[in-house]
Amino acid sequence: MSIIVKTMVCLIAVPVTVFGLYVVSHGHLTPGGGFPGGTVIATLVALMLVAFGKGAGGKLGGRGFLSSLESIGLFLFAFVAFLGMGSTFFGNFLANTGGIFGDPVAFGSNPGNVNTGGVIPFMNLAVGLEVFAALSLIILIMFTHSKEDTP
Amino acid sequence: MIRSVKAASLIILLALLLLSMMTMRPFGVPADTSMDDYFISNSQQEISSNNVVTAVLFDYRGLDTLGEASILFAAATGVFLVFRRSLSGKR
Repeated sequence: MSIIVKTMVCLIAVPVTVFGLYVVSHGHLTPGGGFPGGTVIATLVALMLVAFGKGAGGKLGGRGFLSSLESIGLFLFAFVAFLGMGSTFFGNFLANTGGIFGDPVAFGSNPGNVNTGGVIPFMNLAVGLEVFAALSLIILIMFTHSKEDTP
Repeated sequence: MIRSVKAASLIILLALLLLSMMTMRPFGVPADTSMDDYFISNSQQEISSNNVVTAVLFDYRGLDTLGEASILFAAATGVFLVFRRSLSGKR
């Protein structure tokens, strides 16, 4: 692609990543969560592949790295779910304990506190990792094994 | 013969759809709101999450989200499978 497209992708790379990480990490306060945030970060992979061609796939770590990220994300999600087995599967054992992510929340509208949510922030991180890796893996494989490359 | 059967079944289907549209509940008036009321009034205390949607998605119905994540994993595995020839370098 032309130098204009490459420069614009380089310029918006950092804001897109920061916005995706914000959507993932504030999933228990604002609309969003692991699925939308991971998708936002995965769009960056599509942009980079379109702008820089097939060679950008290797710079992202390649198939093995993304595949292991995907497996780690799904494993972490199920692992945190199993940690709550003291009460039930997916039991929220961290909420309202006062520890990490354990502050209580008042009923009704309130300004919001990042240190709440129990296990939900961890689950958002795991799902965000999994969705980001899975979507970029699909895009990467389908792009690198098509016959065309970006001009 | 087959044409008339097809036309008759289409008319019956349209009549049934029209009937269900007539008897449809007005928008925003569900039959049973006990689950919604429970989530809205208790999720902030129980899960300590301001976002009720996330509380439902990741805690009350977390098993559903686990299934969604597994489906995405299976989709990526399927893409690997479809492109296995060119991945291994053989033709």
